[in-house]
Amino acid sequence: MDIRETTAVDEVAALRVRDLSVTFTGGGREVRAVRGIDLDVAKGEFVALLGESGSGKSVTARAIMGLTDEFTRVDAAELRVSGVDIQALGENERRMMRGERMSLVLQDALSALNPVMTIGNQIGELFRVHRGSTRKQARASAVELLGLVGIPAPAKRVDDYPHQFSGGMRQRILIAMAIALEPEMLIADEPTTALDVTVQAQILDLLGSLRDQLGMGILLITHDLGVVMEVADRLAVMYAGRIVERGDADTVLDHPAHPYTEALLRSVPEAGIRGRDLMTIPGSPPSPAQTPPGCSFNPRCHMAIDICRTVRPPLVDVADGRASACHRSEELLHALVS
Amino acid sequence: MPSSVEPVLDPLFSTPITERKLVLEARDLRRTFTSGSRLNPTRVSAVDGVSLQLHAGETLGIVGESGCGKSTLARMLVGLERPDGGSLTYHGTDVTRARRSDRRLLRTGVQMIFQDPYTSLDPRMSVGDIIAEPMAATRSASPAARRERVAELLGLVGLAPDMMSRYPHQFSGGQRQRIGIARALALDPDVLVCDEAVSALDVSVQAQVINLLGELQRRLGVAIMFIAHDLSVVRHIADNVAVMYLGRIAEQGGTETVYGSPAHPYTQALLSATPSHSRADRGKLARRRILSGEPPSPVNPPTGCRFNPRCWLATDECRTTQPPLREIAVASPTVAADLGLRPVGESRVVACHHAEKALQEAALVG
Repeated sequence: MDIRETTAVDEVAALRVRDLSVTFTGGGREVRAVRGIDLDVAKGEFVALLGESGSGKSVTARAIMGLTDEFTRVDAAELRVSGVDIQALGENERRMMRGERMSLVLQDALSALNPVMTIGNQIGELFRVHRGSTRKQARASAVELLGLVGIPAPAKRVDDYPHQFSGGMRQRILIAMAIALEPEMLIADEPTTALDVTVQAQILDLLGSLRDQLGMGILLITHDLGVVMEVADRLAVMYAGRIVERGDADTVLDHPAHPYTEALLRSVPEAGIRGRDLMTIPGSPPSPAQTPPGCSFNPRCHMAIDICRTVRPPLVDVADGRASACHRSEELLHALVS
Repeated sequence: MPSSVEPVLDPLFSTPITERKLVLEARDLRRTFTSGSRLNPTRVSAVDGVSLQLHAGETLGIVGESGCGKSTLARMLVGLERPDGGSLTYHGTDVTRARRSDRRLLRTGVQMIFQDPYTSLDPRMSVGDIIAEPMAATRSASPAARRERVAELLGLVGLAPDMMSRYPHQFSGGQRQRIGIARALALDPDVLVCDEAVSALDVSVQAQVINLLGELQRRLGVAIMFIAHDLSVVRHIADNVAVMYLGRIAEQGGTETVYGSPAHPYTQALLSATPSHSRADRGKLARRRILSGEPPSPVNPPTGCRFNPRCWLATDECRTTQPPLREIAVASPTVAADLGLRPVGESRVVACHHAEKALQEAALVG
């Protein structure tokens, strides 16, 4: 379908996921949070995974990283980070992959950092564990990294504790830790959600320039359309554990082929319709435990017809390099529906 | 979902905002917190001299980054926090230093909608009890009348009246926020203070709540003070907007004026850093005005203009003299047109010594 994808095998994509499912087995019942998704991130590519809360986007990130507990079952036909088959690895090897070749930036920077360890020690730990650096070398590397992510006076701040930093700076420290060992694949799970716009702009800049400098693939998980508009090269939209639309960001955002994407785009306030009612999507996203039969979006969809209530539409190619999971995406694309 | 109401019928909305009844007026509100040790206290100047006017049926947006004092301001307006200085007038009565009965006036007439719909509802109270609580607290209405009112309020916010006996955990985030709104409306307030009321909601649900607030305002004529860090949401619903920076108002005026031609350097920087919801504007952030220096902290704020350490236009004057809020002096209508200003009806005040220069530069950059 995508030119990038066909060449990806030779070139070794930063991330290749096929048919990934995540099931929570706690509490005596099974909840399918992620249902058979495919994802590709090429080197140096910025891919956005867009979805609302409960759509399974964070679960996807954790499953790829292997950060799951005993009550989570991860199944995938293929799970490769820069060519390495992660599923074939043992727990220890997988642990060495994390940080070294793939890393994750979490949303909540305060709880992701250890409050009783200095920043220098936390960043330095990466170098000491993965590279066998001495304390002195690790500290020097930590100072260098802090400078790279734009923390003023890094040599002084390196001995500070997480609570002495502001929210934006903590997020930058997390990014510093994620890029410390120059991984090929970076997953950023809502890295700017808790931040002010001026700081958000700095973080997005930072991610963009790191992508350019180090050529890493970035999977940005977000619910913020503004952020997607700004940075994404390609885009995948998730709803109720499945990818409902994916493709090149420009085309998807200009002409969405799935009613959910279309509705999302039209429910954000724009300058042009000030004071008038926004278009809304009725109801709220379904809980992963009870998804409706047929297309998961059908109870909220303004285009739903009978078939939508019984038959789930598969994710199929609708045009060059883009796919949509909707019975009526042809119509939507050709604007037959008013 | 209730269907959207017909366009403005109420005569209230055909009169210009400034000629409507003044509901709530804040004059020079100040609040400082002290923390740290007794011997070496640190002073956090959260709100420093904020004046606001809220007219009937008006929506005033307050934007600013975290730590700029917008939540402290909201808490003072609803009476959850007592100001250290300045006055707060509700329907002409000064409620800051008045008797307890006058302060009670504020508590019934000004209601708050909180940010987090998960923590702002008591999990062990039924929805009916939650919504009736303001009436119970003020001992207004009999229990039977309260139940009736609760049913009416639930209908008003688009929930079924028979949901009264359920508990908050049975509702989704958007529905909970509707319950919070119903509770705030229970005493028929004149003013709703929404502190980040839609920030915790999903995009698709956010639009529902924004529409609901707009509809309630048209129906009930309530004034809304809408505090948010999301600039596009504020632009959508606010008539007037105030931009706060470190406890002070940097710029205030009609929403389109402030967003269209921001005159304060901080407003310009803030707007340029906001991602656009249109793919055509991709790369806008790369052209943004980058602020130097540390993110703002209200602990021991700088002297003079509080924005001066990060401002590219700062001069010695800015470091020593606090700029008052003033109207922009524009020499002639042609100059005004060049700057992208509307010559008539220009209703905006700016606290910057160099606002004219900032406007001129922005116009040149385009």
